[in-house]
Amino acid sequence: MTLPESDKQPVRLRVNGESIERVIPADRTLLLFLRDDLGMTGTKCGCEIGECGACTVLLDGNPVCSCLVLVVAVDGADVLTVESLADGDNLTDLQEAFLDHDAVHCGFCTPGLLMSAEFLLQRNPEPTELEIRTAISGNLCRCTGYVQIVEAIQDAAARRRAKAP
Amino acid sequence: MTTKFIGKRVKRNEDPRLLTGQAQFVDDVEIPGMLHAAFLRSDYAHARLLSIDVSEARKRAGVVAVFTAEDMGDDWQPGPPLVSPPPTVKDVIFHSRRQVPLVKDKVRHAGEAIAVVIAESRYIAEDAVEDILVEFEPLEAVIDLEKGLEAGSPLVHDDLESNLAAHLFQKKGDYEAAREKADLVIARRIVVDRGAAAAMENRGIVTDWDKKSQHLTVWDTTQAPIPIRNGLVARLGLSEHKVRVIAPFIGGGFGPKMMMFYPEEMLIPWVSMKLNRPIKWIEDRRENFYATTQERGQIHDVEIALSKDGHILGLKDIFLHDTGAYDPYGLTTPLNTQCHVMGPYDIKNFTSEVSVVFTNKTLVTPVRGAGRPQGIYIIERLLDIAARELGIDLIAIRKRNLIPPDAFPYEHEIIDQAFAPLVLDSGNYWPVMEKALEMVGYDQFIEYEQPRLRAEGKYVGIGVIPFLESTGVGPYEGARVTVEASGKINVATGIGTQGQGHFTSFAQIVAEQLGVAVCDVRIVTGDTAEFHWGTGTFASRGAVVAGNAIHASASIVRQKVLKLASKILKTPEEELELEDGLVRVIDIPHKSISLGELALLANPLRGAVQPGTEPGLEATAYFGPQYGATAFGTHAMILEIDPETMMLEIKRYITVEDCGTVLNPLILEGQIHGGVSMGIGNAYYEKLHFDENGQLLNASFADYLIPSATELPRIEVGHVETQSPLNELGAKGVGEAGTLPVPALFAQAIENALNNRDLEILETPLSPNRLYELLRPNEEKSR
Repeated sequence: MTLPESDKQPVRLRVNGESIERVIPADRTLLLFLRDDLGMTGTKCGCEIGECGACTVLLDGNPVCSCLVLVVAVDGADVLTVESLADGDNLTDLQEAFLDHDAVHCGFCTPGLLMSAEFLLQRNPEPTELEIRTAISGNLCRCTGYVQIVEAIQDAAARRRAKAP
Repeated sequence: MTTKFIGKRVKRNEDPRLLTGQAQFVDDVEIPGMLHAAFLRSDYAHARLLSIDVSEARKRAGVVAVFTAEDMGDDWQPGPPLVSPPPTVKDVIFHSRRQVPLVKDKVRHAGEAIAVVIAESRYIAEDAVEDILVEFEPLEAVIDLEKGLEAGSPLVHDDLESNLAAHLFQKKGDYEAAREKADLVIARRIVVDRGAAAAMENRGIVTDWDKKSQHLTVWDTTQAPIPIRNGLVARLGLSEHKVRVIAPFIGGGFGPKMMMFYPEEMLIPWVSMKLNRPIKWIEDRRENFYATTQERGQIHDVEIALSKDGHILGLKDIFLHDTGAYDPYGLTTPLNTQCHVMGPYDIKNFTSEVSVVFTNKTLVTPVRGAGRPQGIYIIERLLDIAARELGIDLIAIRKRNLIPPDAFPYEHEIIDQAFAPLVLDSGNYWPVMEKALEMVGYDQFIEYEQPRLRAEGKYVGIGVIPFLESTGVGPYEGARVTVEASGKINVATGIGTQGQGHFTSFAQIVAEQLGVAVCDVRIVTGDTAEFHWGTGTFASRGAVVAGNAIHASASIVRQKVLKLASKILKTPEEELELEDGLVRVIDIPHKSISLGELALLANPLRGAVQPGTEPGLEATAYFGPQYGATAFGTHAMILEIDPETMMLEIKRYITVEDCGTVLNPLILEGQIHGGVSMGIGNAYYEKLHFDENGQLLNASFADYLIPSATELPRIEVGHVETQSPLNELGAKGVGEAGTLPVPALFAQAIENALNNRDLEILETPLSPNRLYELLRPNEEKSR
């Protein structure tokens, strides 16, 4: 049920590097906070119960379904969304690889997939195909069959390794 | 044909926006003062609505309005018939019963909408839904197709004598005579059950009514914005130019987002006008499982007659088709089944009789494949059984019966979804099948690898299934191509787009004609303000029908460009070329003029023009095919089954497609991968379980398992090209193709892997559990 006004609470988060302070209802999920309160609609809502992965963001560096996170419970956290990736028109190597491999079809699952893949590549610069498939197994995609997505992540990993000192 | 852009692996124009979170989907539309809607839906599948009390809901703070059917007064009307009239087959029976905006007297499926709450936020609206009190008289639900047709069954629609929604009989040749001559007749019952389309984006609608200008704007997750616009105009009594329907980026369609006229699509615009406020409704996932259309439920009693050398003499198929609680989409799906149950085979004698049954389940409309996978499953299962009984190789029996290349155009004779006898325009089937056999290494596997692996105790199997797909049906699509003063090209077409890469493949068609970069062609789809003639994206028709309309428009613009440039450059048209956004004299490359300059000159501000001159470098053209183009393909797979858990691992997955001219192989391969992945879900993971009361028992992604990255294999794609003679591009559709043969392929490969003569798979979807159940009685028998 809807909470009374008196249950609103102040929160402070870093979202894509920017400090955000808001007073919000205690039942506000991170997903709706991002989309409705901050107007950052890149993160998508596919099921609201943590089963599809479309709303995946990095919370203090870890991928989470933002629909399952109450904002008041993560006061002070650092949040990264799909909007944090590109620098203006300059796509990241991961986004470029998605583009090159036709890994985007309808694009609805893409923001969440990019965040899961980004997490994987930060932890594991040389993932195997199985490791990639496991890392994105929480991100459902109905369009691609994942073939081109897996290729894109492999390619992005290779590009990063080539650039690494 | 030498091409510069068509057929090339061009990267997609639309991707940067999608990759950065900047693409606008319906749920991303935000309008100041916007209200939010939530629906009260029935928990019962079949119940009389005795009373409804919304007084508490109306009192809740933040609630603006609550509407029931009664509150709609005379505006309460069932949805329009969408695919009507039924085909002109002799003696067809068709009872049209359409979905309603809100239940008035009787609930006919679980999830049917009873009331809508409009509130300041979705949170408040959902709470207010809980405030509504409804009194139901539960009724026995019609779930089983056969029982539904028995005398004394409860009725989904009380005004009908039975639950028969439609009956359709089609034939060619003389099956009974063919049967008399047969050496072998095989009769089986084959059952196909329901699945969900499960697009990652749920449905949604945002409406904005501007009372002062009397203008309604609707953002809708539809595959067919123009029919929705036309329907709203008819319902709301507005002029066509006062209603704009926009289908922005859509998160997957797969059929159920077609021009359904869902209750919410009828209701939300009406409420917006009543309240004079913008309104947003976004379906949640549970609603999507209950209220978004589904498909595939059929029961076939089928008989095939063969000669002893494996030639098919005739086929007789009597089947039941589940249409759910209403039948707005007419007979499209069962007609597709009737047209595909003969597969790609030359069958002279055929009888097909379908009874469409109303049930207390979610409505059925086409889902990617749309009745075709059922047909393919039936014929391919029968051929597998026939091959076994006759001692003929699985490939040989198919090769023997394929429609030969010199038989095209092939008069299929059976009336299809276009309401005319299907004609197969072109094809050369065996080379496609042969290529798939080569790619999978069929002979090598059968002769060496399988015996070796079996000796190691491994349950490995192979499957090969050919299929055809009727695609690219009419009636028509159109497009307007404009050269802008910037030199960029603007293209508008009426169909919607849900991830098929139209912004790129269509741009390639235009770039080919006008000699500009693909990224300089801006494509607009799905906005009735930009182009307002057309039908929509379905039946694997986007590339064929809209693609050829765009090609036709671009060709006219090219002629206009050449004519004007010839005058300016004082050079005959045949000595000019269009390259790099310029019109150049072929032998004098520096003598040129840009398209942008020409566009300005074509739109003069002063002076006189020749009588009859049209301004600008622009053309609008339409394309309507005589009949649909028919594609062909073959899938092959090697899998291994864990005999303990029945989990399976796909070792190789091969598809070879002949979809005519390939516009963009990168996009084509993606379409095929996606189709195959849905097919794999259909075959082995996904089944909607309705209980005897019509309750859906697995209405979430935790229980309804669409394949994730760990279930799906790499998919190898091969091409063979037989261009369609029906359109200038030579294209055939491919959007649905990937799903079609997969259930049949799984059945064949599983039987092959388990090598158990008692196992005869006669149903789909399967699952590890179901396969275990199917095997168990056999084991008991053998003990």
